Amino acid sequence: MSIVPARRQLLQSPIPLGLGLVLGIGLLLVCFMASVGLGVADISLKTVYQALTDFDGSTDQLIIRTVRIPRSLTALLVGSAVAMAGAIMQGLTRNPLADPGILGINSGAALAVVGSVFWLGTTSLKVYAGFALLGAAIAAITVYALGSLGRGGLTPLNLTIAGAAFSALVTSLTTGILILSQRTLEEIRFWLAGSVAGRDLDLVVQVLPYLAVGMVIALVMGKQLTTLSLGEDIAQGLGQKTTWVKGIAAVSIILLAGGSVAIAGPIGFVGLIVPHIVRFWVGVDYRWILPYAAIVGAILLLIADIGARLVIQPQELPVGLVMPLLGAPFFIYLTRWQVRR
Amino acid sequence: MKQWIVVRPPQVPISFHLDRRVPSILVCLILATLVAMVLSVGQGEYPVPTLDVIKTVLGVETSNPDFAFIVMTLRLPRTLVAWGVGMGLAIAGTITQGITCNPLASPGIIGVNAGASLAAVTLIVLYPDLPIALIPLAAFGGALTVAVLIYLLAWQGGSSPVQLILVGVGCSLIAGSLTNLMVTFGNIYNVSQALVWLAGSVYGRSWEQLMVFLPWLTGFGVLSLLMSRELNALQLGDEVARSLGSRLELQRGLLLLSSVALAGSAVATAGSIGFVGLMAPHLGRQLVGPSHEGLLPVAALTGGFVVVVADLLGRLLFAPIELPCGIITAIVGAPYFFYVLIRDRNS
Repeated sequence: MSIVPARRQLLQSPIPLGLGLVLGIGLLLVCFMASVGLGVADISLKTVYQALTDFDGSTDQLIIRTVRIPRSLTALLVGSAVAMAGAIMQGLTRNPLADPGILGINSGAALAVVGSVFWLGTTSLKVYAGFALLGAAIAAITVYALGSLGRGGLTPLNLTIAGAAFSALVTSLTTGILILSQRTLEEIRFWLAGSVAGRDLDLVVQVLPYLAVGMVIALVMGKQLTTLSLGEDIAQGLGQKTTWVKGIAAVSIILLAGGSVAIAGPIGFVGLIVPHIVRFWVGVDYRWILPYAAIVGAILLLIADIGARLVIQPQELPVGLVMPLLGAPFFIYLTRWQVRR
Repeated sequence: MKQWIVVRPPQVPISFHLDRRVPSILVCLILATLVAMVLSVGQGEYPVPTLDVIKTVLGVETSNPDFAFIVMTLRLPRTLVAWGVGMGLAIAGTITQGITCNPLASPGIIGVNAGASLAAVTLIVLYPDLPIALIPLAAFGGALTVAVLIYLLAWQGGSSPVQLILVGVGCSLIAGSLTNLMVTFGNIYNVSQALVWLAGSVYGRSWEQLMVFLPWLTGFGVLSLLMSRELNALQLGDEVARSLGSRLELQRGLLLLSSVALAGSAVATAGSIGFVGLMAPHLGRQLVGPSHEGLLPVAALTGGFVVVVADLLGRLLFAPIELPCGIITAIVGAPYFFYVLIRDRNS
């Protein structure tokens, strides 16, 4: 099966694409400010500005600095990282269903965290982050290794089959632990839903290097990914060392997807939907798809998180659960519009 | 030696094109399943000797009168449910992979599991006081509703495999997210119960549940077998299938209906036992190749065998705690699947 064909591209040549990118960054900034300002305690933009430039220790400014900004920053980083990871995976596997969930990364991270709660009794988000990153990396490497053992080596088909099988196995183990221990279930179910609430700056800073390196690799690899997404034979015919490209792309996926699941828990859907939206606008060139995916992913997660905060005030929903409810109808609409027979 | 066996009864207008390995493999699978079933019925908190299991099932008096109750009332229906559910999921998975031309597809892709899970978990978590007997009914309703919704949303003057998959993923995500919402915020005791259901279990299933499930399994199982030639044609792509004279929409619709009905009734009976629908077709293809006339029954028996063995292991591994068999199907199925994947490299 091939990637959903982008029949109509709204922005095609470099100039509109570049302008679109600038516009996107502007929109992202607006969403970020809205995310910082909106919430149960409604805080004016002026206060937000003062909290950054002229900190006086008032409650509002304290909320901005210790709660809102880390949270919005988490949403922004996680949104762009997951979206970029999804885009790379879809290009690499040439499967429109690929996302960090499919290659077993989310489930690997979840098992590592659930296991650490069950056996070691960990309760801190920072320790979760370490285990999540570890689990994600092990999962990705295992799936990659298993995928390359099949006939024909690391084909898209082998990779996705290995990922789905590994994911099913690991999810079952996680459920098994949760059935054996109700204490673990109670401790971990909010983390498992995926959320950006209550993250502090230390946590973000702890994971930032992984995400940053992953993003840089991805952006540098844009051209190679475009070639590879045409098919391995074509890429090899054009003189590409595909094994290397796939290996480096895998490193970037581990850093991006692993890093984001480490701060926010498994947030599905962003990695699946954003590349589809973006391809619809910019076409098949990964040099454009990746930066667009980063911006659109961040905007999407920021908006979803604002929604998650405001819908049932003063309570709030985990953004990992709101995401599908918000995005899936749009996704269905998009596929209807895009994949005409 | 000839590679194919052609079955063409003189009176009935059907013809089957079987790989010559099919009959012997079918016999092996049936024998293996019988052995597994006898073992499964014998094992448990109160073991029954193998010979007595066979005697009891055949209706011969045994030394201990309790054996009849344990075997006939408790363990046999449970084991048969496991077998039937495994077969249903396997056939459904084979059909789904056939019509979507995607080896990743499993009944879950067309929303059956998500719909059933949402309905069942809603009932378990939000309305724990309602009778348990309602859960299968609700699960089947949920499966059917979501599947129909997906087909309607994917319909654009015709259906297309890619559309079905993408819309299916979208709908499954919505239903999955609502299910998670309940798992996250529900009463912790009810959530524990819901997890067992979500993992897929045949614990405590009775003759009644088997009898409700059986008509679905046989009816739609036979229908799928009769349509296996059409399934072969559909795999070649829409254009080729149409030029071979397939009435595409009708056939795809009927096959989808069978897949939904089989997976939906299986999930309603035993919760969402994952992995079987995804793996059994792959194992079947390894055994007898891709032609569906032989593949469907072989995959079905493989699926049934896997679930029977999984249920047995789930009871023995952490006794006295029982692990749901859905967890074992994954733990047992995945390494074997990877073995097949690797072995395939040298063939």
